[in-house]
Amino acid sequence: MEAKKTQILDLCDEELVHPGNRGCAGCGLNILYRIGLKAIGEDAILVVPPSCLTVVQGLYPITCSQVSVLNVTFASTAAAASGVRAALRAQNNDHTKVVAWAGDGGTADIGLQALSGAIERGEDILYICYDNEAYMNTGVQRSGTTPRGVLTANTSIGGKRERGKDVAAIVAAHNPAYVATCSAAYPLDFHDKIAKALSMKGFKYIHAHTPCPPGWQMEERIAVSVARLAVTTGLYVLYEIENGQMKLSEPSAKLLGKKKLPPVSQYMQAQGRFRALTPADIDSIQNEIDTKWAGYRRQMTSAAA
Amino acid sequence: MFVFESGNVAAAGAVKLARAKVIAAYPITPQTPLTEKLSEYVDNGTMEAEYVAVESEHSALAVCIGALSAGSRAFTATSSHGLLYMAEQLHWTAGARLPMVMCVVNRAVGAPFSIWNDHQDSISQRDAGWIQIYVADHQEILDATIKAFRLAEELCIPVMVCYDGYYLSHTYMPYEVPEQSAVDAFLPPYSYRHTLGPDNPASLNTVTLPGGRLDIHGEFAPGYMELRHSLDLEMKRAIDIYTRIDGEFAKTVGRGGSPIVQTHLCDDAEYVAVALGSMASQLKDVADTLREEGLAVGVLAVSMYRPFPGEILTAALAGRKRVIVFEKALSFGQSGALYSDLRAALYSCDTKPIMSNYILGLGGRSYKSSDFCEAIRQSVARDSACGDHMGWIGLNR
Repeated sequence: MEAKKTQILDLCDEELVHPGNRGCAGCGLNILYRIGLKAIGEDAILVVPPSCLTVVQGLYPITCSQVSVLNVTFASTAAAASGVRAALRAQNNDHTKVVAWAGDGGTADIGLQALSGAIERGEDILYICYDNEAYMNTGVQRSGTTPRGVLTANTSIGGKRERGKDVAAIVAAHNPAYVATCSAAYPLDFHDKIAKALSMKGFKYIHAHTPCPPGWQMEERIAVSVARLAVTTGLYVLYEIENGQMKLSEPSAKLLGKKKLPPVSQYMQAQGRFRALTPADIDSIQNEIDTKWAGYRRQMTSAAA
Repeated sequence: MFVFESGNVAAAGAVKLARAKVIAAYPITPQTPLTEKLSEYVDNGTMEAEYVAVESEHSALAVCIGALSAGSRAFTATSSHGLLYMAEQLHWTAGARLPMVMCVVNRAVGAPFSIWNDHQDSISQRDAGWIQIYVADHQEILDATIKAFRLAEELCIPVMVCYDGYYLSHTYMPYEVPEQSAVDAFLPPYSYRHTLGPDNPASLNTVTLPGGRLDIHGEFAPGYMELRHSLDLEMKRAIDIYTRIDGEFAKTVGRGGSPIVQTHLCDDAEYVAVALGSMASQLKDVADTLREEGLAVGVLAVSMYRPFPGEILTAALAGRKRVIVFEKALSFGQSGALYSDLRAALYSCDTKPIMSNYILGLGGRSYKSSDFCEAIRQSVARDSACGDHMGWIGLNR
């Protein structure tokens, strides 16, 4: 199924996220939340665990969101969303969308078990993970998705020693209806993938790479361009998986035609969190990217042959 | 209709009669036959409900939290480690004021592992903001579970119906199953005052600051302290409300009358044995035996443990010579929890009885009626000047 390509002027005018909320300047989540809710619409119930989104949405009794939100405990997002869906099914309501929206800690770490259970049960929900690659809301501690070498509040000397988890691949191994990766630098791609996911039955998962100026140690004004660099250098790949078939999304597919990708050092040097990496570390990451893209090109060639 | 079935099946029957719409459960002994029976009812179409086979107890209660918030009656059941794995969710359910009903099939807690019965699981969760009801037989399991839905939904406070693993869950007893029409007349369809959805957009359970805050209309909205205060006040109303609900149940179904505490031979009793759950059934036989010996023994079963019916218990126990509390749970370094609560309630009464606390049955250690008899005789024989005391039954040393 070919997704509809929304242009910026096609977006619905109504704002379901009010301005003046508690998001930081340059917050990638704010971009995703604003554009995402335009795709989700008002006939929805969001399920949100503790995360920056909890704070962005506002402190009792004021909220920045026009959509119904159920705030739940950290580990329980996908299960609570399953319960909302079960209630709606019991009420013969098949129009209200159920969207779980959690951070990387809430998804890759403490929420992974409930997530796995919900996918295995084929729950009819959309789960969005906004991945800013650390526990930003508690003051930038390492999470399961924090990349190797990144300085955080609890990997403050040499950086994180381990690789980040590939959560989208973990989810894909469950064979859900839909898996997609997105980036806050490509909000329209995010919008259309949400719209496509919500047109499907069953479990849908979207993993969104999300810049965080305080956590990534960069100026607010460059947040989007840094997030874009993650994609254009080939480090973060945008794709969809349907029926077990992976397909690169346009921003990443464009890279296939390029002989040489821009060096990933550009992405790393723009952020303070990578400053513990040595030139050799960056070379090694560059090699991994080159190998990965050589693989994509081979797949394309063999698919064409 | 009278049936001869297990306690777990009695509980499942109650949930079916209550027309729960969402059931989420994770298997743990000795709860399993209850939730297996519910999955069978849903699968064979005798019960119109969603059965969500979750991957943990934490998720079981999460599903129920989601379902109740979105407007459907929900149910789960668990035991032991399952209840403790839910601990965070227990507090969340109560704080969110969700009218949840859960059966706790009481079992010991490890380490070391024990699959057998005691009350440590639910007693350790007595401060989670849930109403706790302990029942003594199969009929009470069924009746209390149905009444619990009314109570939870009137007060927007979750209710645990606790019954002894094996002693009740896996034994067979005759009990009466009311007609569906009678239960329908007693228990109206689920309606929740804060149902979440597009028609009523809201953000539930958001972050609250230590102080209260003004809302967008400039009106003061209660803060965390006010919400906790209100939960405490409302919880205390449960004693009167459950008494009324029990009266309505008696009118519709024909059973009831003493929902908060139950007494046996207490009118002229000088010595009263107090207990939770199925021990109270056994203690009735014990009292009958000791009466034949000339000891004026009565029994008091505490059916509602939270909120604690301190005034009712004080009225029932003041002036007795001995109050002997038998417990299958322990607040380590202190005493049985029921004993502490009861002793605090009786503190201000002029005619405070001498009290004994016996711990027994931990991890399924067997106890006989003769053990209760011996403990009561021992307590009675103690010199009053020695004051209150604590002892253990069945300890091998």
